Amino acid sequence: MFRQASRLLARTTTATTWRRSRAFSTDLPATPTEDSTFIESWKKVIPNMDPPKTPSSFMTPRPATPSSIPSKITVNFVLPYASELSTKEVDMVIVPATTGQMGVLPGHVPTIAELKPGILSVHEGNDVTKYFLSSGFAFIHANSVADIIAVEAVPLDCIDPALVQKGLAEFTQRLGTATSDLEKAEAQIGVDVHSALNSALTG
Amino acid sequence: MAMAALRREGRRFAPLISPRPITAFRSSPLAPTREAEGPIGVRYISTQVVRNRMKSVKNIQKITKAMKMVAASKLRAIQTKAENSRGLWQPFTALLGDTPSVDVKKNVIVTVSSDKGLCGGINSTSVKISKALHKLNSGPENETKYVILGEKAKAQLVRDSKKDIELIITELQKNPLSYTQVSVLADDILKNVEFDALRIVFNKFHSVVSFLPTVSTVLSPEIVEREAEAGGKLGDLDSYEIEGGETKGEILQNLTEFQFSCVMFNSVLENACSEQGARMSAMDSSSRNAGDMLDRLTLTYNRTRQASITTELIEIISGASALEG
Repeated sequence: MFRQASRLLARTTTATTWRRSRAFSTDLPATPTEDSTFIESWKKVIPNMDPPKTPSSFMTPRPATPSSIPSKITVNFVLPYASELSTKEVDMVIVPATTGQMGVLPGHVPTIAELKPGILSVHEGNDVTKYFLSSGFAFIHANSVADIIAVEAVPLDCIDPALVQKGLAEFTQRLGTATSDLEKAEAQIGVDVHSALNSALTG
Repeated sequence: MAMAALRREGRRFAPLISPRPITAFRSSPLAPTREAEGPIGVRYISTQVVRNRMKSVKNIQKITKAMKMVAASKLRAIQTKAENSRGLWQPFTALLGDTPSVDVKKNVIVTVSSDKGLCGGINSTSVKISKALHKLNSGPENETKYVILGEKAKAQLVRDSKKDIELIITELQKNPLSYTQVSVLADDILKNVEFDALRIVFNKFHSVVSFLPTVSTVLSPEIVEREAEAGGKLGDLDSYEIEGGETKGEILQNLTEFQFSCVMFNSVLENACSEQGARMSAMDSSSRNAGDMLDRLTLTYNRTRQASITTELIEIISGASALEG
């Protein structure tokens, strides 16, 4: 009986994993590009071993820079635990850069922007989706692709205003009583994030 | 069934037989062997040894089957996490390119491996690739150091590259892997190790049976600027406007640190998946080997048993015919 159970379990696991393993073929791009100089120099020094793969062979290919300004901007919004938006075509995104809210339209100048805690809004026609980001980076490429990488993000309607107020009060108090530099820095970060949350909810 | 009865009889007589068998008493052929000290005329063919081996092989088979199922369930849990983190490193490679053949003075090789064994050859592969990268990047002014994650790589690299090891980190998977933990780890490495280029060696999880050794390169901000000026893959980095921060250098510093923590997170997750997958296949082949061994032992056991019964019968019959005349 134990053997039957183990066989069934093995069958289900292998079935699901095989299904998922077939889905991995989307991981490898149609034309895998590899770094030929690396492979050649590897083969010269270490002829017996196969060279290891490099990230370029696993990249999903990116569109080329178009000659005219496209109508939509492609957004990739990634978090460590999920890809929130991947290759979504939208009209405009507003990112919370450290220098202020920055609107990105198709044909934007290539930019590297560091982000501060704030709201990211994605405009698609008449829908606007807002997320609160903790911080991260945004890259806007010449081919009208925007990559936004954040450490943590939540949709705005999942934030509890009461907890925000409580957190803000607690961190302001901790900032007042902080003694060492580390404590002061931590308390300052807490105050920044909570006040940004506050203004995000009200504004 | 008669054989089973004989076998049971043999077992009951066994304690009577030890330590000294009685000459006249023709005991069951399944008693433990006394070839060395048995008196003349009494022949015992032992199946005890074979029976012990069969029991231990059966236990090993059960253990390896259980380990395979445990690895399968752990794999399922961590596979979703790894798949979700795959989008994390792509923007950085899209921006800064992938330059494994960059020539720098201070290389640091970060080898990601597992803490537990019985996972096939993935850790040896990682260590071999790390050593090969060390050889590849050795030059008159270059130095290469190791940062080791995981016990298995530590055991292998400490043997011959002890002086090149900067940092050893173990027990990574004691708590479930999270970005916070890996970013603290990355911060540790960035603070304590001087580098121009970090090369992270890990096994990328391609499928349950295939793991591809991969090396990801992260450059320090100074080298990024150097390569951007030199042209090539990072040539158009200068065309990017920098928003925020006072200087470009400051932004590049933050960018490098963020890139390292993101790439580390993905590589640690992929390596953990590969570890579980490799353990599954290793334990599966081990159970199959144990099954084959058990079949062979069963045949040997039956042959031995039948031979001893035949011998006993022959002796009885020849004795009886001798008596008759």
